[in-house]
Amino acid sequence: MAEPLLRTDRLIKRFGGLVATDTVSIDVQPGEIHALIGPNGAGKTTLVSQITGNTAPDSGTIHFAGRDVTRLPTHARVRLGLARSFQITSVLREFTALDNVALAVQAHAGHSFRFLADARRDERLRAPARRGLEAVGLKDRSDTPAATLSHGEQRQLEIAMALAGDPKLLLLDEPMAGMGAEESQHMIEFLRALRGRRAVLLIEHDMDAVFQLADRITVLVYGRAIASGTPDEIRANAEVRQAYLGEETAGTA
Amino acid sequence: MAVFLASLRTPRGLLTALVLVLLAVLPLLTQAFDQRYLLSIGTRIVIWAIAAVSLNMILGYGGLVSFGHAVFFGVGGYAVGILSANGLHSGWLQWPVGILAAAAWAALVGALSLRTRGVYFIMITLAFAQLVYYVGAGLEAYGADDGLNISRSRFPDVIDLRDKASFYWLCFVLLCGTLWFCQRFATSRFGFVLRGAKSNDLRMTALGFPVFHYRLAAFTISGAFGGLAGILLANEGAYISPAMMSWIKSGDLIIIVVLGGMGTLFGPLYGAIAFFALEEFLPPLLDLGGKDWGEYWQIVFGPMLILIALYARGGIDSLLGRTQAHHNG
Repeated sequence: MAEPLLRTDRLIKRFGGLVATDTVSIDVQPGEIHALIGPNGAGKTTLVSQITGNTAPDSGTIHFAGRDVTRLPTHARVRLGLARSFQITSVLREFTALDNVALAVQAHAGHSFRFLADARRDERLRAPARRGLEAVGLKDRSDTPAATLSHGEQRQLEIAMALAGDPKLLLLDEPMAGMGAEESQHMIEFLRALRGRRAVLLIEHDMDAVFQLADRITVLVYGRAIASGTPDEIRANAEVRQAYLGEETAGTA
Repeated sequence: MAVFLASLRTPRGLLTALVLVLLAVLPLLTQAFDQRYLLSIGTRIVIWAIAAVSLNMILGYGGLVSFGHAVFFGVGGYAVGILSANGLHSGWLQWPVGILAAAAWAALVGALSLRTRGVYFIMITLAFAQLVYYVGAGLEAYGADDGLNISRSRFPDVIDLRDKASFYWLCFVLLCGTLWFCQRFATSRFGFVLRGAKSNDLRMTALGFPVFHYRLAAFTISGAFGGLAGILLANEGAYISPAMMSWIKSGDLIIIVVLGGMGTLFGPLYGAIAFFALEEFLPPLLDLGGKDWGEYWQIVFGPMLILIALYARGGIDSLLGRTQAHHNG
């Protein structure tokens, strides 16, 4: 295998007596979709938050794009090519959809200590932002304030924002959460199209989606990665079935 | 320019234009009607409007409730006063020193206070302002508590600040410059980052913006314009005192911005006009109702503020109708 794009090495994070992340070592290869699954309270969000830099691990290291980023602040990791969407939709509600993506483009267009020129008339921001909205199917909603977009549209908007900087790794925290069946299927198609072109770390509850999309799956239970492998391997893993999957998803293909 | 002309077609635009024209010719009006006193109120309104616009840059666009903005009145004013008391009267020296001192102080306060949020931020900005207030009150050489009469900044062969009309026009031109900068600032890349961080700073960080740096820059710029207002205030009365940076003045500035409309371009100007007009004309108006009622004008003013806070959250600006649609393209 090539040098992984993202690698955590024996990460540990405790909250009081609770070990939220217990010696977790995972990696994401370039171009692969790596899914992280686990029941509620398994420590998925804590792990994500350490990878993004919102929480500092107690021990262990995180390497991204060939660098040790364990102590790097969030915005610096983003500059290296780490983009994310949030579990709870996080957009700039007062801004239009196009403004949201334009700001995401701007984040990667050098510094923003520019005080005089009107950013809304800056084609270097607006043109890529329009293409980004089009790619996620929100072209017609450009001028709609993000607050008034439907939940599913806001999730699509988040993806467009995450992709705006042409990131190396896309970290998607339950992108299908709260979506209807049809919207979910659209999202699955969209993510499938990214496969092979962009590395994705996917945290998702929707097992259908995970088994359709993932190249590899890691199962997190009580802070520990109990198994890691291809969807078929995970399906066949007795420990995983017992700990997590249960009978109802075992037959899903 | 085209945008400006188009905005004249709305009631809001017309009213704004009317206010600006009235302010521009105010010295002529007060002279024609022999109401010199009104010019001094007008001068204070314009100076306070500059300070309120500068506070609005961080409060309105940045969502950062700084409760110590009057400190920049003090820093700018004392820079002029201290230099002047030491025989350095040139405005070409005093003014840059005052503005740079205010910016430097803002950068220092911002570097510490912007690491906190909410009530903590309010308290820290207040604490730093009180610190400077007590330093000013302790400066025996510069009048301590009583303040100090100073001579006005000198700009030989350019402008004589002792002339009330010239001084007023200078303040007005500087207000226009401040408004112009604020308008550019609000729609610039920088302004977008600042407003985005107000809306959702977690998201802005996740997009890759070092939000702290942008807030610090905004805080510093805001302090620099606040210092300019302080320089003008010192020159207006040829007087400096710690009272110009008391927490009450900081509170007044917040009231002006909220009253006028946070995060709007002209809101702080409307707020300053309304604030001083009420302060000036409410007492005599109440006196008509009964002897000495005017002394209690704040009993009327307070509930007015509460009503604005409850029912007109966008301040006076929101009473003028919807803002023009944002330009998208």
